[in-house]
Amino acid sequence: MPKVFVVADNIYSPLGSTTAENFSELLKGNSGVRRHSRPEIFSEPFFAAIFSQEKNQEFSTGIQNANKYTKFEKLLIHSIKNALSLCDVDIQSASTAIIISTTKGNISLLENEIVTGEMKAQLPLHSSAKAVADYFHNPNLPVTISNACISGISALLTAKRLIETDQYENVIVAGADVISSFIFSGFNSFQAISKQVCKPFDADRSGINLGEAAATIILSKHNKNAYATLDGGSVSNDANHISGPSRTGEELAIAIKKAMQEADAKPDAIDFISGHGTATLYNDEMEAKAINIAGLQQVPVNSLKPYFGHTLGAAGILESVVALSTMKQNTIIPTLGFESIGVPVPVNVPNTITTKNVNKILKIAAGFGGCNAALVFSKN
Amino acid sequence: MTHSANIESGSLSRENVPGGVYITGYSIFRNGAIEKDDHLVWKEASAQHTDDFLVSAYRQMGLSYPKFFKMDNLSKLGLLVSENLLSGTDLKERYKPDEISVVFANASSSLDADQKYFDTIKDIASPALFVYTLPNIVIGEICIKNGFKGENAFFVFDKFEAKFLHQYVQTLMQQNTNKACIFGWLELMGDSYEAALFLLEKDVADKTNPFTLENINKLYS
Repeated sequence: MPKVFVVADNIYSPLGSTTAENFSELLKGNSGVRRHSRPEIFSEPFFAAIFSQEKNQEFSTGIQNANKYTKFEKLLIHSIKNALSLCDVDIQSASTAIIISTTKGNISLLENEIVTGEMKAQLPLHSSAKAVADYFHNPNLPVTISNACISGISALLTAKRLIETDQYENVIVAGADVISSFIFSGFNSFQAISKQVCKPFDADRSGINLGEAAATIILSKHNKNAYATLDGGSVSNDANHISGPSRTGEELAIAIKKAMQEADAKPDAIDFISGHGTATLYNDEMEAKAINIAGLQQVPVNSLKPYFGHTLGAAGILESVVALSTMKQNTIIPTLGFESIGVPVPVNVPNTITTKNVNKILKIAAGFGGCNAALVFSKN
Repeated sequence: MTHSANIESGSLSRENVPGGVYITGYSIFRNGAIEKDDHLVWKEASAQHTDDFLVSAYRQMGLSYPKFFKMDNLSKLGLLVSENLLSGTDLKERYKPDEISVVFANASSSLDADQKYFDTIKDIASPALFVYTLPNIVIGEICIKNGFKGENAFFVFDKFEAKFLHQYVQTLMQQNTNKACIFGWLELMGDSYEAALFLLEKDVADKTNPFTLENINKLYS
């Protein structure tokens, strides 16, 4: 089967509009998580990495007929546009596919006082995928994946398979979610929201921050401009509980092992793990256990949730983009605010910038519905 | 697992070669009727509403799974169709948990549950409703019921994109680690629902229905 190359990427977040801008903020230790007073999202002030009101006004800039698109769709368009500008993939070609990763898409439309028929037509996730594909004049079937918090990884894995089986030469994988009252109230009802900047893997962790962003990775069968390859990937299910992770981590470990087998990577070849690290009690425990079962407890792992929050449908892509920059620059971003280990088995969580050769990385995630996912990327 | 080892029998992909994957069962729920493998199992002519149909079907099928009543309608539908599909099979005897995958698609994702959850948040947001506001939860419910730990994916298209989904699942099934798959369409929104799930296996005795696009379209049209 042909190799699958990574040829361009983007992060469009409250920290910046390009991967370079975002990575530069991470190197400075800057977080996008702030205290917000936004009664339209939640009645009390809360911590999250969301776009400011001013920034929300700017999303139409640079988008033709911008009033046709929702904020969610504009975020996707901006992210894809920037990634396209960094490579020569032709988005209008019959050999280029688009995959959209999201959990809730345009769900915030429900929050309008009057939900018009037009808004109702925009609610299905596939309508946004079609809007984005049409914006770019892409002629192919727009694909949407909605697999809870592993959506981004599922989308990348799907893209890899489409290229390997010669269905497409290039696949543009873009993910986004917008934080609204719908999503916030749900996580809040689980008492899962932290009252400070979240602290993944830490003894003091007390839940997640939510975040909004879009992120894009362009995969190709062509080596031109490629800086990485996507070598392996796998998804598994806990078969245990719909809203709580596995108590053993065995099932995430299954996904990790299968992804590493497909990538032909032994544990000592993995230089860095981009963790899910939501900073909930049980997720971080489960992840640490899975990392140990896979024999990777010595490998540096980070969670980017203290910088970006949990960006849901964007997370798997966004965090993979940062991991790809980590590999490019041989620089591992620390887990902001990490002080003392708070999971029952050892994992290596650096709290300062680490410089080392990073040639192979593992990206992992888990989500509601008991789903787990893993990807292995190598430097090209 | 190397790539060359992935391709056991038949080449993957472009030519639609079955590659040793067979449809060993299917189940269709629509218009108040439940079908299994070309037989009408039961028809509930009087159920006007999805809620009533799902509960009637549960009773008719003789299931005893109290968790069913906590589920949203999409999960209820998925559970019933998969139970109907899997009745009389012994997947767990023949395959390891992580060799059995579930791949679904629909048009409305979880919008039915989304609307119901949203109607509650002005008062008290319910975590028990919120958890169902993701389409892949039904996959989780089916995995819990049956102990399946393999691949999951939930795709959203405006209609049953048989060609794309067939190709995707065909690719998935070429991997040595995937031996069986529950695959299909699971759509539900308000009082409208339609589901067609297929059981796919490799290296089986009954080779009547190779997993081809033609056979999918023949069995579910």
